[in-house]
Amino acid sequence: MSDREPLFSSKNLKLLREPLNKSNPITVQVLGICSALAVTVKLKPSVVMAVSVIAVLSVSNVVISVLRKHIPPRIRIIVQLVVIATMVILVDEILKAFAYDVSKQLSVFVGLIITNCIIMGRLEAFALANKPWPSFLDGIGNAAGYGLILIIVAFFREFLGSGTIWGYPVMEKIGIYKLGYTDNGLMILPPMALITVGIIIWIQRGKNRDLIETH
Amino acid sequence: MKQFSNIYIFIFSAVMVIIVAVLLSFVSQQLKPLQNRNEETEQMRNILASVNIPASAGNAGVLFERYITESFVINPDGERIDNRKPFEVDLKKQTSMIEDINSLEEKLTVPKASPFKKMISGQADRGKADTGPVLSEISGIRESLELPVYICQKENKKYYVFALRGKGLWGPIWGYISLNDDFNTVYGAYFDHKTETPGLGAEINTSVFRQQFRNKTIYDKNNRFVSIEVLKGGASGSNPHGVDAISGGTITSKGVEKMLHDWLSRYNTFIANQKKRP
Repeated sequence: MSDREPLFSSKNLKLLREPLNKSNPITVQVLGICSALAVTVKLKPSVVMAVSVIAVLSVSNVVISVLRKHIPPRIRIIVQLVVIATMVILVDEILKAFAYDVSKQLSVFVGLIITNCIIMGRLEAFALANKPWPSFLDGIGNAAGYGLILIIVAFFREFLGSGTIWGYPVMEKIGIYKLGYTDNGLMILPPMALITVGIIIWIQRGKNRDLIETH
Repeated sequence: MKQFSNIYIFIFSAVMVIIVAVLLSFVSQQLKPLQNRNEETEQMRNILASVNIPASAGNAGVLFERYITESFVINPDGERIDNRKPFEVDLKKQTSMIEDINSLEEKLTVPKASPFKKMISGQADRGKADTGPVLSEISGIRESLELPVYICQKENKKYYVFALRGKGLWGPIWGYISLNDDFNTVYGAYFDHKTETPGLGAEINTSVFRQQFRNKTIYDKNNRFVSIEVLKGGASGSNPHGVDAISGGTITSKGVEKMLHDWLSRYNTFIANQKKRP
């Protein structure tokens, strides 16, 4: 390319926008389901998880993209793992130092970002073949797509399961408990996260027919 | 695709690992003090919660200074260990030592009765096991056991806070329990967990569960240590030594019960000594 591409060209913006909907890592590619089930009991840890994944994925993407011409293909997976693991440990340490309560709630799941399929997938599929800036946008886009679903799921699970939103006792304030309403304990358990994700997939495909698999 | 020589690959990996190692250890060093402070604050909040003083991360330090007038470390014989600060005690290590003692003590009380051995030798060697080495092993572990004690002064009353730690279903559970100065009645209790099931075992850190412990007693009328039972199906209101278990959280509830029994029984001698004092 001789003439420079603008930073936010339509092609680049697509990288940012598509993972939020048409190529969403969770609902369309069905990646990163494991952590989506585990951390979505409450809204707050989900948001922190989403932010952590955005940080890890965007930085790892950039690092791999910068190094892409120097990484020997034979050890590329290990190099990717090292980069991801480094980022995850950094995030974990920072959370422990500055957001102790949340890091306690997330406990092992921050560490398990390492095994999040989305991250390896993006490094392998995108960052190894693209320039740093598009890789950065791709990282943000995909992690945000992941985070978006996480937050939607967590919202419903916290609201229906614990009767709170961001820890604020909404149901109690409405006074619905006095009418005999009780929180749905099932929402707190992991299977309901899967079912909630399923419902989101259903709605998404109902709106966007291109996503429906024909075979 | 570009070819890389083996030497290049080796150098590449070595350099990468060194850079990563330096970066990580640097960050870890830099953040360590902050993290330690967070952990200490957390511990202070737990202790304060066990004497029914709610504290936030912000004011835990101040409240701890105000209410916790004395803190020290004792051994299982109830003697103070000088030069040790309670916060320095590694509770995880103490828990595994307590477990070791328990399993050794079990060896002493229940003679090994393997069905095969019985078949071969009849009942010949029953109860004749040599207890000497086991006893010395127990006392060896007991010597290095350290138990933290915190004394809280609140509204002109003294409360004694003891540490607890044990196993839940998925991981460790821990807490603090405070006794009135009669060394029998529970004033408050705090429990927390690492990875218990939300909505089930994780309920041990809710105030509904914790409040049940208040005014229960850990000794019976004959001054015998009974601890507090966590009963499946619920404890009757008049039961001074029992609380309701959590439905669906049986293993966590049993873990709480075992933790209370294991730790409080180690504090037993200290408590007995304190009671003798006028």
